[in-house]
Amino acid sequence: MHTKTVAQLAQGLQQGEFSSVELTTAYLERIEKLDGQVNAYVTVTAEQALVAARAADARIKAGTAGPLTGIPIAHKDIFCTDGVRTSCGSKMLDNFVAPYDATVVSRFKEAGVVMLGKTNMDEFAMGSSNETSYYGPVRNPWDLNAVPGGSSGGSAAVVAARLAAASTGTDTGGSIRQPAALCGITGLKPTYGLVSRYGMIAFASSLDQAGPMAQSAEDCAIMLGAMAGFDKRDSTSLERSVPDYRAGLNNPLAGLKIGLPKEYFGEGLDAGVARVVEAAIAEYKKLGAEVIEISLPNTHLAVPVYYVVAPAECSSNLSRFDGVRFGYRCEDPKDLMDLYKRSRGEGFGPEVKRRIMIGTYVLSAGYYDAYYLKAQKARQLISNDFKSAFEQVDVIMGPTAPTVAFNLGEKSSDPVTMYLSDIYTIAANLAGLPGMSIPAGFVGNRPVGLQLIGNYFDEARLLNVAHQYQQVSDWHSRLPDGFK
Amino acid sequence: MSLERSDVERIAHLARLEVAEKDISEYARNLSNIFGLVAQLEAVDTDGVKPMAHPFDAVQRLRADEVTESNQRDHFQQIAPKVADGLYLVPKVLD
Repeated sequence: MHTKTVAQLAQGLQQGEFSSVELTTAYLERIEKLDGQVNAYVTVTAEQALVAARAADARIKAGTAGPLTGIPIAHKDIFCTDGVRTSCGSKMLDNFVAPYDATVVSRFKEAGVVMLGKTNMDEFAMGSSNETSYYGPVRNPWDLNAVPGGSSGGSAAVVAARLAAASTGTDTGGSIRQPAALCGITGLKPTYGLVSRYGMIAFASSLDQAGPMAQSAEDCAIMLGAMAGFDKRDSTSLERSVPDYRAGLNNPLAGLKIGLPKEYFGEGLDAGVARVVEAAIAEYKKLGAEVIEISLPNTHLAVPVYYVVAPAECSSNLSRFDGVRFGYRCEDPKDLMDLYKRSRGEGFGPEVKRRIMIGTYVLSAGYYDAYYLKAQKARQLISNDFKSAFEQVDVIMGPTAPTVAFNLGEKSSDPVTMYLSDIYTIAANLAGLPGMSIPAGFVGNRPVGLQLIGNYFDEARLLNVAHQYQQVSDWHSRLPDGFK
Repeated sequence: MSLERSDVERIAHLARLEVAEKDISEYARNLSNIFGLVAQLEAVDTDGVKPMAHPFDAVQRLRADEVTESNQRDHFQQIAPKVADGLYLVPKVLD
């Protein structure tokens, strides 16, 4: 059963080939047997999963099931889950049992989804390798010596290892797309504001966006249909109707205009990754697409802008963790200042501290204009590049990451080297655009992702473009040895 | 830009973060490298460019001034480190 996609599992459940309890039990057994190798789950909620599976089976029997009823998925441990520990990969929240559900979680509950557990992640979603987690690194199912990418590394690994039918992730600078690429799965970061951020622990509020991670574009379409939509509890949620993302999956691609930014194929891109991406583009030409070289001239500014904007917003968001109302508190504080400083000093790991300090510095008196305001202006230039590009093309393509998965420990000693692994993904967050990563091949035994960036609210087209490629390729349905 | 140990100590204090004495020089080095990356922005001509705070020109939504939430103090205080009589306890602030 574990090799089936969400769409295939839904059909099996509907036709009575197996029950949700049987399906859920099969996944729980796989997790028990195999998760030790990858460390992708922080918490497994076996009992609650079986309760939800029984309820789903009753719904299926009663004829009130939807496309996700009874499907076992995993949530990134950044989404608050009522009564279940929500750690965000941090010692700070190791003892935090969320008192409410995130909107994403409650929407999936209403759809009858079965939650198998919560997935490992970089601490507070700050990282590109899943090595900053308090719970230890996740390993890449394709090669246990390699990182899975991050920050949604656990969510990518559970799908790649078939330890869940699909998962949720969040993407602030590439945290869905980069691990999707490194683990050989399909991931979608929607337009900013499409999916509610309520109950999703905040990192950088003007960039954070939740999205689906799954085996196929069709599965992402099903998942997004459940996740997307207006939420009055999120002040940046957009009031728009949600289309049927599956409706256009089979549209032909003849005449589609694909833009290839020349800046995404220059220095820094691994030659093997470049070859795989070029082969995928050639496949799109065969499907009738027209390929046009474009320029996004401010691409080189994306990483520097991000490392001002994201830390600034993070330093503000993470000031709530003060050891007073919830989360970690140090032992025997001698006064209030000691309580604050030691609770935060002991509760946060080094990468989170670095980003809080950068953010504090760039927002401090006298530096705001030189850093934060300057970065916001450069952000506008990056956004303008995309506006011009989408006047010429329908979709932009390129590599998701400059290399395949790197080895554990390879980049963890130098933050700047690590930051450059998000060089192609960050710009879409700064502009607020939707982006996807789909499996396009391998270099050695490590997967390569093809990135698709669309115009605002063009998720349906991205899913269509991804789905058509998956009709003529089988990269997305391959399984790593050891997880078959 | 290169940060000194004293800069790290000052920033850590502003951020209410305790940083171990032995880790200060490593933070100084790492943060300096990150600011080195950020320094590329200095060369960019941004005259007349409007700063972008948010992907859409959205304004804060308003709602009717009505009570919509119920009091859940007991529920929320179950996860607090230290409470008494419905209050959050911290070390003494005033003598």
